[in-house]
Amino acid sequence: MKFRGKIVDIACLNHFSRVITTISKLTKMCVLRLTSDNLFFVLSEKVANGGVSMWCELSQANFFDEYQMEGVSTEDNEICLEVTPENLSRALKTVQNAKAVKLKLTKKHCPCLTIAAELPTLSSISRVVTHDVPVDVIPRRLWHEFKEPNMPDFDVSIYLPPLKTMKNVVDRMKNLSNFLVLEANLNGEMNLKIETDLVSVTTHFKDLGNPPWGEDASQDGGPSQSRDPQAMAQARVDIRKLQQFLMGQQVNPSKAMCNIVHERVVHLILLHEDMSLQYFIPAVA
Amino acid sequence: MDCVVTGGNVKVLAKAIQSLSRIGDELYVEPQEDGLALRSVNSSRSAYACFLFAPLFFSRCEKCAQSVQAVFRSLASLEKTVEKCHIELDEQKNRLTFTLHCKHGLLKTHNLSFQDSESLQAVFDKDSYANEFRSHPRSVNISSFYFKREIQSSFSLDNLQIFVLSKAMLTELCLASDEFDHFAVKAHNSVTFCLKELRGLLVFAESTGLPISMYFDEPGSPVVLSVTDNVLEGNFVLATLSEDSNHCKNNTRSAHTAAAPPDDFMNDDMDSYIIAMDTSMAPGPSTTGPPTAPFHKSTCSKQLAAANHRPRLHSEEEEEEEETEDLDRPPNKKFCSLFFGSVLPPSSQMTTQPVSSQEVLASDSEDDSHAE
Repeated sequence: MKFRGKIVDIACLNHFSRVITTISKLTKMCVLRLTSDNLFFVLSEKVANGGVSMWCELSQANFFDEYQMEGVSTEDNEICLEVTPENLSRALKTVQNAKAVKLKLTKKHCPCLTIAAELPTLSSISRVVTHDVPVDVIPRRLWHEFKEPNMPDFDVSIYLPPLKTMKNVVDRMKNLSNFLVLEANLNGEMNLKIETDLVSVTTHFKDLGNPPWGEDASQDGGPSQSRDPQAMAQARVDIRKLQQFLMGQQVNPSKAMCNIVHERVVHLILLHEDMSLQYFIPAVA
Repeated sequence: MDCVVTGGNVKVLAKAIQSLSRIGDELYVEPQEDGLALRSVNSSRSAYACFLFAPLFFSRCEKCAQSVQAVFRSLASLEKTVEKCHIELDEQKNRLTFTLHCKHGLLKTHNLSFQDSESLQAVFDKDSYANEFRSHPRSVNISSFYFKREIQSSFSLDNLQIFVLSKAMLTELCLASDEFDHFAVKAHNSVTFCLKELRGLLVFAESTGLPISMYFDEPGSPVVLSVTDNVLEGNFVLATLSEDSNHCKNNTRSAHTAAAPPDDFMNDDMDSYIIAMDTSMAPGPSTTGPPTAPFHKSTCSKQLAAANHRPRLHSEEEEEEEETEDLDRPPNKKFCSLFFGSVLPPSSQMTTQPVSSQEVLASDSEDDSHAE
């Protein structure tokens, strides 16, 4: 098992750090899968996570100038590590102005992801800094838990309103209720609703637009069911999970979408230039 | 005692008190012959700080005939709008009054009661220290490596290499000697002390723009960090881990030529230091000789291995102080020191109270409300 990567471009380093910071805000620990072309940050659906799952995909070529990966074996040419993204994030923050940053898998009595960089200084000699972040290697027999999730058979797919606006709304609603109902239809309308004994609050968004695949209805290739564009698909979710997702987003994505499986799951998809992030929040009764 | 502080010095006084408050909860005030001394010590007596303000610091200063020590809860938030600060000591009423003359005609008066206490003084002699270096904190910029939520960290300074071990990460920073304003190191050594107490001084020095001098000796004897000006002198005395904790000293020497690690992982001993070797560190025997990584691997990493599991089990618990390792290396710019965790008391030269033989615990989370 071998992994070495080098980032020389300051913009790439910056983006990479931001991705890691976003991930660190979504979860304390997650799995990092390294393949020859991609890096994946995966959070699998577990009771411990509250049923939330995440899949974040980066193409290594978008970030790394040099990238070498040799997996566990030739048939299973990938590496699976359990990491604490916050540690990586903090380490990366300290090397933002480096000439080059090297990332590699090392063994220092326990496996580590080592981040090493040369920092420019006023004197002639560069300052060298290394951070060793401990990681855990995930054995092959558990790899099946971290596969790419299937696109759910959603009822409605819609573009999200500006995340900042959504976050503001959700933040306020969180003070009133623990659960939020997210509903949307194929007419570009979305509502965020909370309801308690004392009060019910609804925020309406309209003219959001629906992604093209949403109109082609069923995934199984059957005859397209003409869904009433006004009909809302909804899911009631734990508001903190939605808030956590929104809090972590630092940059506006190129595309932000939401798929709703009625009363089952909310599937949020963010597409950035250099990475894609999917987040599943299960519905509660 | 009756003193007035005006202008920019008010902020300096405030910063000094803030950095003292990071050490301990109580502030010792002692008017002396040569000025006003403000001191603080932490509860485990492993860190001590003293700021001495010369009479020049004050616009006006009158001392009472007897010096009186006072202890009171730290006044941590002196406002930025303060134009003048008047400090008065009323012995009869046992009261220390801080009168803050602020902008817009606002007058804030803090009446603090105090109690007499034993004199608090750490015994140390900076000149007797074998090693000294001085640098401007900005140029060294160590503070960028201080992560806010570190629970326990150890700063082992081995002339050029600084290791910061926080709960979940080991960071190594190599500084060349020419990054320092003054660098006089007679013997290679390493000292390990707690980072948390140092932050107060760093913040003070950065805000006042004063260089920090560091004096250190053998592991076990305290390190002294000081900032000086013509109107003030600040000294921070921090206990370090003693050499007795080196139970693995001999083992590490043999681990120097340790066998390659098990199959799955590549042997990155060389690689970890390739970066250091690539940069233009002054060449010398140790940069081309056997890699210094082995200690890193066998010793620091043990701590890492332990640390690795801790974050998952309990994130908020207090950690224990690390022990330090010492390994002699050929005289050169680059050589390693190592340290890893165990429960051992730091030794201290404090005269105040006998050192109790138990763990030194740093408190759980940094209260950064004081920080700018």
